[in-house]
Parts: sequence; C-alpha cells; structure tokens
Amino acid sequence: MKSLKELQEIRDRMKNKVSLREGTNEIRIVVGMATCGIAAGARPVLNAFVEQVNELGLSDTVTVTQTGCIGMCRNEPIVEVFQGDKERVTYVKMTAQKAERVVREHIKGGKPVVEYTIGAMEN
Amino acid sequence: MIRTQVLICGGTGCTSSGSVAIGEALEEQIVLKGLQEEVKVVHTGCFGLCALGPVMIVYPEGTFYSMVKVEDVPEIVEEHLLKGRVVDRLVYKEHEGQELHEVPSLGETGFYKTQKRVALRNCGLINPEQIDEYIAMDGYEALGKVLTTMTPEDVIQVMKDSGLRGRGGGGFPTGMKWDFAARNKVPQKYVVCNADEGDPGAFMDRSVLEGDPHAVLEAMAIAGYAIGANKGYIYVRAEYPIAVKRLNIAINQAREYGLLGKNIFDTGFDFDIETRLGAGAFVCGEETALLTSIEGNRGEPKAKPPFPANKGLFGEPTIINNVETLANIPQIILKGAEWFSSMGTERSKGTKVFALGGKIVNTGLVEIPLGTTLREIIYDIGGGIPGGKEFKAVQTGGPSGGCIPACHLDTPIDYDNLIAIGSMMGSGGMIVTDETTCMVDFARFFLDFTVDESCGKCTPCRIGTRRLLEMLDKITSGQATLEDLDKMEELCYYIKANALCALGQTAPNPVLSTLRYFRNEYEAHVVEKRCPAGVCKKLLQYKIIEDKCKGCTLCARKCPVNAISGTVKQPHVIDQTKCIKCGACMENCKFGAIEKK
Repeated sequence: MKSLKELQEIRDRMKNKVSLREGTNEIRIVVGMATCGIAAGARPVLNAFVEQVNELGLSDTVTVTQTGCIGMCRNEPIVEVFQGDKERVTYVKMTAQKAERVVREHIKGGKPVVEYTIGAMEN
Repeated sequence: MIRTQVLICGGTGCTSSGSVAIGEALEEQIVLKGLQEEVKVVHTGCFGLCALGPVMIVYPEGTFYSMVKVEDVPEIVEEHLLKGRVVDRLVYKEHEGQELHEVPSLGETGFYKTQKRVALRNCGLINPEQIDEYIAMDGYEALGKVLTTMTPEDVIQVMKDSGLRGRGGGGFPTGMKWDFAARNKVPQKYVVCNADEGDPGAFMDRSVLEGDPHAVLEAMAIAGYAIGANKGYIYVRAEYPIAVKRLNIAINQAREYGLLGKNIFDTGFDFDIETRLGAGAFVCGEETALLTSIEGNRGEPKAKPPFPANKGLFGEPTIINNVETLANIPQIILKGAEWFSSMGTERSKGTKVFALGGKIVNTGLVEIPLGTTLREIIYDIGGGIPGGKEFKAVQTGGPSGGCIPACHLDTPIDYDNLIAIGSMMGSGGMIVTDETTCMVDFARFFLDFTVDESCGKCTPCRIGTRRLLEMLDKITSGQATLEDLDKMEELCYYIKANALCALGQTAPNPVLSTLRYFRNEYEAHVVEKRCPAGVCKKLLQYKIIEDKCKGCTLCARKCPVNAISGTVKQPHVIDQTKCIKCGACMENCKFGAIEKK
C-alpha cells in the first residue's frame, strides 16, 4: 500500500462488513422466521433483503433482522418494516423479487408498496 | 451475503472458560444448518465482562449471551440464527427474573452505560487477527494523517495539548516525554512499548494487545515519526501467549500492507517493530530494567538520570510508553486534542481502564472518564459486593498502591487524588475487599509478592522488604508488640526514601496505607491477639458449642487431621494442638454448633 487512497478503499470495502455491529436502528426490516415462515420460503426473502439493502448502500441506516412467528401463518412469509414513529408496514406472502422492490421503492424511495401489504391482501 | 454476525470473545478470560470449543461448535452447527453463506462467526478480543464468560453477541440484534456452554450451541443456532427466536435463558440479565423485553441493549446495561471506551474501543468489536477490520474502524488513518499533513512538532504539540499522561502507573505527560526525546538530534532513536504488565490483578494491557493490536502498532509508528525513530520494540510477557501471537500476526499483516517497513505511505518514513519476550520478572516493568532486559542483560534497574529519553536503549534516546497509553493515541490524532481533554479532570485527562477484581459482582475490565468516583465504579458498574457483604476497602495500584477505605468512596478518581489519599493509579488494577478480608493479611499478600520479585540490586528493597514481611508475619501470628508497629512504620519510610527504583520505593505502600486506615485491625492482632476478620489462622480457634452439638459425628469424619473426638449423640471436642484451622468442620456442621474466634 503506497497511498492514503488505497487505505480508504480498503476501509470503504470493509465498512459494510462491520457496520452490522453498530446496531443502527433508523429502519428495521423484520422477517418472520418461525417454522411456518421458513416452510413458506422466508429464508430467500431474508437474504434478498440483506443483499438489496447492501447493494443500494443503505446498510448504515437499515437493520435486517428476524423474528419468530408473527401469528398469521397462512400469510407467510411476512415482513414488517419499522421506522421511527411511523406506523409499521406489514408485507405478506413475500418473495425474493418482491423484497427487492420493497427495498427500492419503500426503504430507499420512502413509498410503501401498497399492493404487497396485508391491507391489500385481505381486502 | 452475511446477514448475521456472531461475535465471540477470544480474550484470555473467555478462552480459558472454553470459548474456543464454542466457536468450533458454532461453525459446525452453522454448516449443518446450511447457514454458512448467511452467518459469520467473528473471534474478537475482550468484551470486559469476564465474570460472565464465555460471552458472545449476535448482531444485528445485539443479543448478548453469557456463560454459554458447548451444549447450548445447537439451540442458539437452531432457534436464534435460523428461526430468529432469542434464547431467553442465555441472555445476560442484570437481575433475577428480568423479562426478555425488559433487558436493555448491551450499551444500556449498568456495566456498560457509564463506560467510555477509547483505549478499548475495538476490543470485542473487531477480529484482531484481520487488519482489514481494524482499517474499517478508521485504523491507520491517524498514521496517514500524521505522515502526510503534520510535522513531528505538530504531533508533539497535539500530544501535549491533549493532556495524555502515562497509563502504566507513573502518570508522566506523554507529550513531554516525546518532546525530550525529539530534542536529541542523533541518527538512532527507539520507541519501546512496555507490555510487561505485572501487577497482580491488572490485565488491561493484555486485553488491548489481544483485542486491538494494530492500535498499538499504529501509535508506535506515530511516536517514531514524532521523535525521529525508525525502530520499535514491544516488550511483552511470555505469559501472555495469545497476546504475543496476535501481535506477531498484526506486525506481519502491517508489513504486508506496507504500513510498517520502508517508505510508509510513500513519504520516505521508515518504521519497523519487533517483539521481545519478557520472562515474567515484575521488575522488568520498570523502564530502565526493561531496557536492560531488551539489551540481553539481566533485568535490573539503573539510577535515573540519565532518563531514557536522553540515554535509553543501547545508549540512544528512547521513549517508553505503556500499551494503554499508546492505544489512546490514534484516536487523539483523528479526533483532536480538544476532544480528548474534554474528558477527565483538571489535571488528568481522558479515560482510564480499570481491572475490577476481588469481592465484586462484575469482575472484568471497565473504561471510564477520569473523575468518576470509586462508588460509581464499584456499585454502579461493578454491581457491588456479592453475598450482601459489607465493603471494606478497595486496593488500587497493585503492589505499589494502597488501600482506600469506605470514607473515600466518593473521591473522583484521578492521578493526584489517589496519591492524596495514600494510594496511586498504578496500572489500574482495582481489588475490592469486604468484611471477610483481614487488612494485615492483605498487606502481607502484597509484601510477599514484592519480596519474591525484588531483583536484589539495592539493599533497602532486598533486605528491607524481607524484614517488613517478617514483621507482618509476627503480627499475624500474634507475637508482635505495639513497639513493633512503630518500628515497622519507620522501616517503611526508610525503604521509600532509599530504594533504587520505583518498585522498591513503592513497595511499603500497601503496609503504610493499611496502617493509616486500618490501624485498629493491626492493634487487634497485637494487643488482643485477635484477627477481627477471622482470617489469620494462628489467631483463630475453632470451638464446638456444647449446647448446640447433637453428636452427629459428621465433623469428626470430615476433619482431615482427626482432631475431633467424641461419642455418638454426645457433644464433640476439638483438640487444639492437632487442629490445622481448615474450617472443614464449620462448613459441614448442620447445626451451627461450631464457632470461629
């Protein structure tokens, strides 16, 4: 290494890998990962969220985590998004493709994807 | 893509309670569940809460598991890592019966809340064996800043302005030390890191070396630039195998990256570091003895002056800084002298790491801003005395320090206040004693240590401390007179005034401070021939209370020397000539029929 620039490149590359440990909580994406959730395909959904959040460079403010059974097993995989004082948004019957869109439009763009939410599904 | 990281403590404390096997079991279970692409295990340095080891923390949730066993690992992986259900029973709780949703995040617990981590900032957070993780935490940026934007004079000025004082014990201002060495215009100078942590009960330097070795390397290179040295040595105890291993890994990684070696950051500055292993002599923590030892000679101190900053290693100007001192330096460079000096008291700036031990709930490492009171450390952070016992004193500064009684608990801790109340900062060991500790015996413990560790070069220390120990033996065996107490005090002052090095000069401190605050305990031993705490065996007698003894014979069967006799269902008696005062009878008696006086 011969320059500060190279040092900064390593730092920027590594930052994502350790930022997980800083526990930022501005936005929390919680994926239901009980047996029902896993059976319905929650793991690829969870991984899609993690990847997409990193890809769009949102990992400084967004935490992707799991929880147990959310209680509506027929709608699994369920994902909930918590953001400060805002009302939580509950997405149901998620897939990896839907996850990418949620990150793009909701997490980054600020507009919940209404058609995937529990309200839209139940009606 | 990694979504979860499990940080597991790889410090000496948790390693000895089995964290290595837990790490292996984790890796195995993670593969078994097919989570290896999603979950990563990171071995870090010390988290600080050593009493609760082995500890691990799961991110991003920040769930803190304590006292984890290998058998718990499958449950953690299956429940938490796979299904997202926290394993309630293993979560660290501050008190019994705390519900999971009431458990605060780790940073909000009593133990961590008031801590301010500067020297320990990366300990328990990064993998110390990966330079990239250190770089991710702004590592080596301070070195880059120094080499590309500052002159050596600028660096020394920042160190002076920060008010940083040596954390190894003496408390000498670091910036001044550097300045003295910088003024010597000679081609060869040295930077030495004193990692010969020898105080019983102190382990902060070990934790920094194990948890964040690159911080020490970076600081040494900064020091080298400031004083005009291109060679550094780290003198580290051979008894710290994990620290030595991680240091060597770190040095090699830094060399590979060109952060040590020739022409660092293309600025023409060369700096390299080697480790030297100490053989575990306490005196080698004294700077002149340490240098003599690096030179290959027997570790013995020399008279000062000349100070090492003028004539040190191999006769060349040398600065010697302690591990914890160095660990502060990259942060000071990056965040500025004002940031650092905004913490602490008037004459003691920044934070200090203390190793809490003895009769205290949260044994471990804590880092607090100077000026915090002893009460806050012992009760708020340390969790108080276990078993509802009463606090008696806290010993700071190791064998060179003194005991501080309850009346001084509200003293804000800094270098000068501790000296004023008869103790000293030392390296930051803090041993708490309670009502069951005999202060004469406690002083004797430290004296026993210094007698063992005296290098023998000067008479006051070699012979004086030996005589002092004999006097303490006389007291604890009930043979001393009040005149002996006065004689002992006089000898203490004589040793303080005449010993060659700081080790000898401070050796009587444990005796003097206990005499000052607990003279009544000494007098009880001398006049009443009684040990108030019930510790000094020669002054103790175990007796069977006739009325309470049911004649169950249990004590007689438990006694290792057959000193107890009696017939079944009749009161037993202890033969005092045979009794070795081990206390086995009292521990085993179901009727409380045995007393100790």
